Amino acid sequence: MPKEIIRKFEVPYLQVLDEEGRCDEGLMPDLTGEEIKELYEFMVLVRTFDEKAVKLQRMGRIGTYAPVLGQEASQIGSAYAMEDEDWMFPSYRENGSYIVRGVPMAMVLRYWAGDERGCQMPEGMNNFTVAIPVGTQVLHAVGAAWAFKMRKEKRVAMVYFGDGATSKGDFHEGMNFAGVFQIPVVFLCQNNQWAISVPITRQTAAETLAQKAIAYGFEGVRVDGNDVFAVYKSTLDALEKARAGGGPTFIECLTYRMGDHTTADDASRYRSQEEVEAWRVKDPIERLRKYMEGKGLWSKDYGAKVQEEAEERVRKAVEEMEATPEPEVEDIFRYTFEEMPQNLEEELQELREALTEGRK
Amino acid sequence: MTKINIVQAVNMALREEMARDKSVVVLGEDVGRNGGVFRATEGLLQEFGEERVIDTPLAESGIVGISIGMAVCGMRPVAEIQFDGFLYPALDQIISHAGRIRTRSRGRYRVPLVVRAPCSGGIHAPEHHSESPEAYFAHTPGVKVVMPSTPYDTKGLLAAAIRDPDPVIFLEPKKIYRAFKEEVPEGDYTIPLGEAKVVREGSALSIITWGAMVPLCKTVAEEAKGKGIDAEVIDLRTLSPLDTKSIKASVEKTGRAVIVQEAPRSCGLGAEVAALIGEKSLLYLKAPIERVAGFDTPFPLYRLEKYYLPDAARVMRAVDRVMRY
Repeated sequence: MPKEIIRKFEVPYLQVLDEEGRCDEGLMPDLTGEEIKELYEFMVLVRTFDEKAVKLQRMGRIGTYAPVLGQEASQIGSAYAMEDEDWMFPSYRENGSYIVRGVPMAMVLRYWAGDERGCQMPEGMNNFTVAIPVGTQVLHAVGAAWAFKMRKEKRVAMVYFGDGATSKGDFHEGMNFAGVFQIPVVFLCQNNQWAISVPITRQTAAETLAQKAIAYGFEGVRVDGNDVFAVYKSTLDALEKARAGGGPTFIECLTYRMGDHTTADDASRYRSQEEVEAWRVKDPIERLRKYMEGKGLWSKDYGAKVQEEAEERVRKAVEEMEATPEPEVEDIFRYTFEEMPQNLEEELQELREALTEGRK
Repeated sequence: MTKINIVQAVNMALREEMARDKSVVVLGEDVGRNGGVFRATEGLLQEFGEERVIDTPLAESGIVGISIGMAVCGMRPVAEIQFDGFLYPALDQIISHAGRIRTRSRGRYRVPLVVRAPCSGGIHAPEHHSESPEAYFAHTPGVKVVMPSTPYDTKGLLAAAIRDPDPVIFLEPKKIYRAFKEEVPEGDYTIPLGEAKVVREGSALSIITWGAMVPLCKTVAEEAKGKGIDAEVIDLRTLSPLDTKSIKASVEKTGRAVIVQEAPRSCGLGAEVAALIGEKSLLYLKAPIERVAGFDTPFPLYRLEKYYLPDAARVMRAVDRVMRY
């Protein structure tokens, strides 16, 4: 009667660029100087957008907003690795990924300003709508990727979610289906360590989230989520593997939510300033800047120009968002079904008449 | 033309729609090799292969959520949930996503999805196998709800549901799955969603019902005839959107309404039908509206099942009350 170890597992960790901006050239992904600059410019743009969005909320010009601050490398590095024909399934915080995927910033703002037209993706743009119920979008990505596989299309679906989502049933069910059917999907988890006020230690007793993939029969990796090169490289590898028929991958980007959960939250109620400060020195943009400076890709003039251009683009986006005419009340009804049923016609008619009467 | 029962009509509709449209896929627990626990998907695996007839892991939210993703990306999934009581884990996906994605994306994305499930009691099943959950779905914006009561309607309504551009919850009353056969043509026909059917014309009162209660109400109507009461029976067929016009026309003709549902009484679909009659046809009424329904209790295990289910005696009492008023 043997008693023996029948399986042992390992959880790989990838960091390419350390906190000081030092790079392991052997691990460095294949990126040109221009591409590295583009990554940097996206990160500056997204941070500028993010800061502006928080301010707009404070001024009452948009509604509740979920900031990206601190997670720029995780969002931009991963979205940058995708092809246009791939599909992205975001949660509600992927404003940065949306911007990299070409969603106009005015649209992103419009969504947060309480207008569904902010989720009306332009034709040909394969980005799904915001999903607010945590983790529910994991299943949609698996189903989409399964459709690609059925039609033998070389597309991949990538789904974004956070550490909190890994506690949900839909996460488990999605991971399980993906493993069983070898679905071409990438699970991109931004472990920002806080689900509003609940720390990662209350989500799981597992040492890493990456190891969860092992139980579903596929590869899980942890990467430094504040290292844009590590995120880009691991995402690209996972996407290529999926495209080649190699099935799913789970990527845990270990990062930190520097801001509040949303503008309606006050993170100082539940976490210490020391903890936040300890993460500030790991800032994803600053370490990339240091690296670029060392490589001659960054100068003060260039940095100033990038910042200035980002501010100008964000200013224009805000202007465009605010110049958008109000949605029509008919829009409440128009998109419920392809054809409006009688009961909705009647409700709309009643509303129209009430509005007309109100104006008399 | 062959005579088939409801479960065979489900099978025929699935087979024909799968043959007609390559984007139609069937997925669920035991739908492949086993042909479904009620055999509704019998033979489909052999005919269409395991890429289109998929035995899934045991995960209802997963089945529906994944089907939503497939539907958004160009497929027409028909998901089977094995029993009514196991629909509940998928309610989040149906309410939060299936019914809202078209609206949320302002028409950019749509969800042509069918979720099929056997429903309602009467077969001496274990707990959670006899639920009538139609009101949850009828209360959910953005999804349609269908419950057929005959083989002919089953095939035509299921074909229409599969071709519909929006999500449809298709509930199949399991008590009458094999209760009777009728002639169902092979080949293409659909029955438009949203249209009720007058299954028995009458002038004295309108019995409005759906699902497994339809044959019961027809029997009661025949009995009532013996008492000189000429009852009309309406099978709603589509529970959302409701065919308000047919309800209104019938009640305004007869002036009396008895609504019969198997689901618990409070906040059931019958309440909505009653409210519509009150709003639209109040002055035509010669008697208060009567509801005959399941009770506001959990569905009992089968030793007490027959007392829970509306039966001919209870429906007849309601008929007598509206006639006596």
